[in-house]
Amino acid sequence: MDRLNKLLRNLPAWPAYPVSLLYIGWLVWLGATGQLGVEPVETLEHELGKVALYLLVAGLAVTPLRRYVGLNLMKFRRAIGLSCFIFVLAHLLVWAVLDVQALGRVWADILRRPYVTVGMAGFLLLLPLAITSNNLSVRKLGPRWRKLHRLTYGAAILGAVHYVMVVKGFQIRPILFLVAILGLLALRIRWKSVIQSVRRKNLTPTR
Amino acid sequence: MARRWTNTLGPRDVTPEAVFLNRRQIIAGAAGAALVGLPGAGRANTLEPNSWEDITSYNNYYEFGTRKDDPEKYAHMLTTEPWTVRIEGMVDRPGDYAFADIMQEMTVEERIYRFRCVEAWSMVIPWTGFELADLLGLAGAQSGAEYVAFETALRPDEMPGVHYNVLDWPYVEGLRMDEALHPLTIMATGIYGKDIPNQNGAPLRLVVPWKYGFKSIKSVVRITVTEDEPPTSWNKANAREYGFYSNVNPNVPHRRWSQASEKVIGTGLFPTRQDTLMFNGYADEVAGLYEGMDLSRNF
Repeated sequence: MDRLNKLLRNLPAWPAYPVSLLYIGWLVWLGATGQLGVEPVETLEHELGKVALYLLVAGLAVTPLRRYVGLNLMKFRRAIGLSCFIFVLAHLLVWAVLDVQALGRVWADILRRPYVTVGMAGFLLLLPLAITSNNLSVRKLGPRWRKLHRLTYGAAILGAVHYVMVVKGFQIRPILFLVAILGLLALRIRWKSVIQSVRRKNLTPTR
Repeated sequence: MARRWTNTLGPRDVTPEAVFLNRRQIIAGAAGAALVGLPGAGRANTLEPNSWEDITSYNNYYEFGTRKDDPEKYAHMLTTEPWTVRIEGMVDRPGDYAFADIMQEMTVEERIYRFRCVEAWSMVIPWTGFELADLLGLAGAQSGAEYVAFETALRPDEMPGVHYNVLDWPYVEGLRMDEALHPLTIMATGIYGKDIPNQNGAPLRLVVPWKYGFKSIKSVVRITVTEDEPPTSWNKANAREYGFYSNVNPNVPHRRWSQASEKVIGTGLFPTRQDTLMFNGYADEVAGLYEGMDLSRNF
């Protein structure tokens, strides 16, 4: 594991950004040239949303992987998070511009369609995180930066719930995403200290 | 035998020859691209059918998977020959009707209909088929029957999607008897004059053009004429979102999305979005069936 960590340390994180943008550009090109089927907008929306969810799961996995497996991917966490934001933004733009096509309808959907409301809320949570994902902000915000970035947990849950809400019938994939995300969040809870604090409370003699 | 359909369409409904010939070219195997950019073929007076590719590669047929391209990929596994439809319940001549025998008795004609999915997308499809009323006549549907129930084939060996409980299989649907006997209601057996592809519901499927697409049940193996309103699959799955009637209605939104407009399939990366029409544009023909009903309650 140490050798793997050393190897990873020499791997640059920045290629994640051009790769994300190129992939999105390539998808749009496929759609424009009729290679995403007869309804390219839906395919594009789904693909962008799904990649964003994968990246959310990947970002949330970094800490548990380090704690329980000893694999250190800390260096890539910012790139994972920002790439995720790029895909969420692209997903949102494709939906608003290519699918809904009118600002009035976009607004109406945000207010009236719960799955859109939830998705939009997730996006809004990601927005300050994307803006502060740079060294300057980390330095300036200090300990508040860590607190602020706990918004990721909320955004991840909202993202998965958004997916669960949008499908028709009982479908497995969105539920697996939700379970994965909730699982990764549960791994963050320091159960030992939780149990201990509960025990301590119970052990306190009552007078 | 149910009353025959009387033609109420005027000259403005006639497909212009250019569009018509164009369709024939597609049947002959010419590139679908020929359809693009036909001038003046607006939807107000003519219906320009979607391409064969649009109609056969973008399908909801959850027995083969929930992705739009799953049916095209996997529906070839379905055996459609031989095929029998069991017609039972309140009919004078119940029994197993072989598909070939049905076809011998029926008058097959072309019907170019709008097709509006509950997911807010639409196509125009040149079906061939026969009126459901004629089939019900063949089996001798009894007066006093109020409803007709339908069931799709359930073949786990041939339908990979039914291993997931997306819906309570088999897929079932139903119509009120007056809806079933309406001359617009057909059993489709072809598209563009060819046999209907498996992914579109071979060998025969219901088409009710003024209702959301999921009412038009595919690959029918059982028709039951009955007194009681039959259960329907999407209503069973989610009664708040899917009612028994499911008439196309731009004024009654789906619980999760608006039904006021629809995306036109096959119009590219910046798709045409058009206003959805009441009863999918068939209000003149069918609005009378629902007179006095609160359509926001009976959705």
